[in-house]
Amino acid sequence: MSKENIYRSHVLVCTGTGCVSSGARAIKDVFIDELHEKKIEDEVRVVETGCHGFCERGPIAIVYPEGVFYSELKEKDVAEIVEEHLLKGRIVERLLYVDDDKEKVPGYSDIDFYKKQKRIALKNCGRIDPENIDEYIAGGGYDAMGIALTELDQAKVIEMVKDSGLRGRGGGGFPTGLKWSFAAKSPGDKKYVICNADEGDPGAFMDRSILEGDPHKIIEGMAITAYAIGADEGYVYVRAEYPLAIQRLRKAIKDAEEYGLLGNDIFGSGFNFKLNIKEGAGAFVCGEETALMASIEGKRGMPSPRPPYPAVKGLWGKPTNINNVETLANIPFIIQEGPAAFSSLGTEGSPGTKVFALTGKIKNTGLVEVPMGTTLREVIFDIGGGLQENRKFKAVQTGGPSGGCIPEDYLDLPIDYDSLLEVGAMMGSGGMVVMDDNTCMVDVSRFFLNFTQSESCGKCTPCREGTKRMLEILNRITEGEGKSGDIKLLRELAEHIRDTSLCGLGQSAPNPVLSTLQYFENEYIAHIEDEKCPAGVCENLQGAYYVLEDDCIGCGLCRKACPVDAISGKPKEIYTIDSEICISCGVCADKCPKDAIAVG
Amino acid sequence: MKSLQELRDMRKRLEKDMTARDDKEMARVIIGMGTCGIAAGARDILKAVTDEINKRDLDVKIVQTGCIGMCEEEPIFDIAKPGEDRITYGNLTPDTARQIIVEHLINNRIDKEHVIARHNN
Repeated sequence: MSKENIYRSHVLVCTGTGCVSSGARAIKDVFIDELHEKKIEDEVRVVETGCHGFCERGPIAIVYPEGVFYSELKEKDVAEIVEEHLLKGRIVERLLYVDDDKEKVPGYSDIDFYKKQKRIALKNCGRIDPENIDEYIAGGGYDAMGIALTELDQAKVIEMVKDSGLRGRGGGGFPTGLKWSFAAKSPGDKKYVICNADEGDPGAFMDRSILEGDPHKIIEGMAITAYAIGADEGYVYVRAEYPLAIQRLRKAIKDAEEYGLLGNDIFGSGFNFKLNIKEGAGAFVCGEETALMASIEGKRGMPSPRPPYPAVKGLWGKPTNINNVETLANIPFIIQEGPAAFSSLGTEGSPGTKVFALTGKIKNTGLVEVPMGTTLREVIFDIGGGLQENRKFKAVQTGGPSGGCIPEDYLDLPIDYDSLLEVGAMMGSGGMVVMDDNTCMVDVSRFFLNFTQSESCGKCTPCREGTKRMLEILNRITEGEGKSGDIKLLRELAEHIRDTSLCGLGQSAPNPVLSTLQYFENEYIAHIEDEKCPAGVCENLQGAYYVLEDDCIGCGLCRKACPVDAISGKPKEIYTIDSEICISCGVCADKCPKDAIAVG
Repeated sequence: MKSLQELRDMRKRLEKDMTARDDKEMARVIIGMGTCGIAAGARDILKAVTDEINKRDLDVKIVQTGCIGMCEEEPIFDIAKPGEDRITYGNLTPDTARQIIVEHLINNRIDKEHVIARHNN
């Protein structure tokens, strides 16, 4: 072998002054001798290098290509490295430099983000490979389905879900076991189960994460549901904007079919189950169950009056049971661990856990699962880490466009279905948008109403016309054109829309307006009567900017930043803003290092 | 699957296989590839990790997982060495990911700046 040949390994021996003084040259020589003795000197090259800055642990040798870092070497260690590592490819663990930090790394159950969490629906998310059915099975997956199909009759399965006290996690909170019993009792030779994964609330991503992280759990939950109500076919209605969720679900269905966990005569029980995916086009109203079924049937996604309920006359006129993703993710646990294990968590009226998507001005944006009854303060401050930049908390919005804003006074409210309704919000599917004192509540309610207004399907007048009129008023108020009487008119419209709309979308659309009116009416009044936006968000209501003379240090940064040359002055003197020219963009205030520019 | 027993036998076998894999054979790098992870750059992390492992000719399996909830810390990966707890690192860049692979997988050292927690249950 010629010297130009490529060496398979390099041994870098540090011959900086520090290491040399601790005997590095001798180490290098022993390496060369040992390599020669093992006859691999043509495969492994020994190189001298400069200081690594780790002199106190010298002599040091690094073996490439792996990059193994051996420290505090003695001459007798070298033979072992050559024999074990360079000849046999086994790293000599004993000679690695290890500090005791590994033990010091906190466990998941010790860090603030997880300490107060209890993970049932999210148990596998972030832990198993969602595209590997074997990992799901190794963790006990499909065992609940096996138990249900082979050891329990249908009535028993429904009874267990009833006893668990599980309520629909899509937002309404209807008892799941009761819902199943309706569909089970409905006569019919063909029944369907549907998983509602049409997650549409702004800021909510619970369902997406479950489908992406643990798709088999949804398949298992749906199969158990189907068995309980006597269905043999199911649909997962998932929005097309969730391509990764769809892709993983599709693979999961294929793998489950290959293993005989979907298909005919599953577990030799005689139970057949076929699962389909329906990709929704992303209309918010399709989360409403009658509109969702219309969409699966290929019709326009519009709701229809109930009764008849889906349990009686659902998809293609057949009895149908619809559950939300998170609801279904709880089913295997209830069957496997028993209803008591589930109902022991949470509160009496709302047992179990709830997944929340924390977003907005919160430090730890993310997905959390806590027992019901945990307080908002615990979720936002202990788990969520509080507000970004340690700003002041103003409100938390739960329940998406159907929910409400909860102010600081209720931070110690234990979260469950009923307590949230009492304060004018709702559980919803689990979106939690945290707002700080820079948030204008009128603007927030305008944002949500704008959302429901654009998503209104237009079938019924109160929702189609009413939300439009409400939005016009809110637009007017935020543009500084509010009139006295607007608040009364908003309340009146809201009540009519709530009472007379056809489906949940319209009935709950006024909630964000009503709840902000309830807790932040003073902000509406400030907009209308004082023509001011207290949070400084609504552009047309910005007062003039002015320099606080006592604080100005005359640095001139504001003058440089002003896009319309409204600021005049000389360095080291106090600057002034010409309110006639000022467009209230606020750039000067952002640039000022001394917070010497105020507005109002 | 013809019976519940068949599933349970399979589970036992899989559990054994996976324990064997964890204990003796192979270290794993588990990359968070939920939408949040991918949006934060998990694909670049995957590329960097794959490249680093190939370059150093390491016997490491790269797998993916979903969102663990700490979307704020994405991109995230876990490193599981045989017989040791899984350790989670977050706020990665391709460069820090490479560095952590060398430090943790090869030299058994924790990167204190990026470590989040240890899976302990």
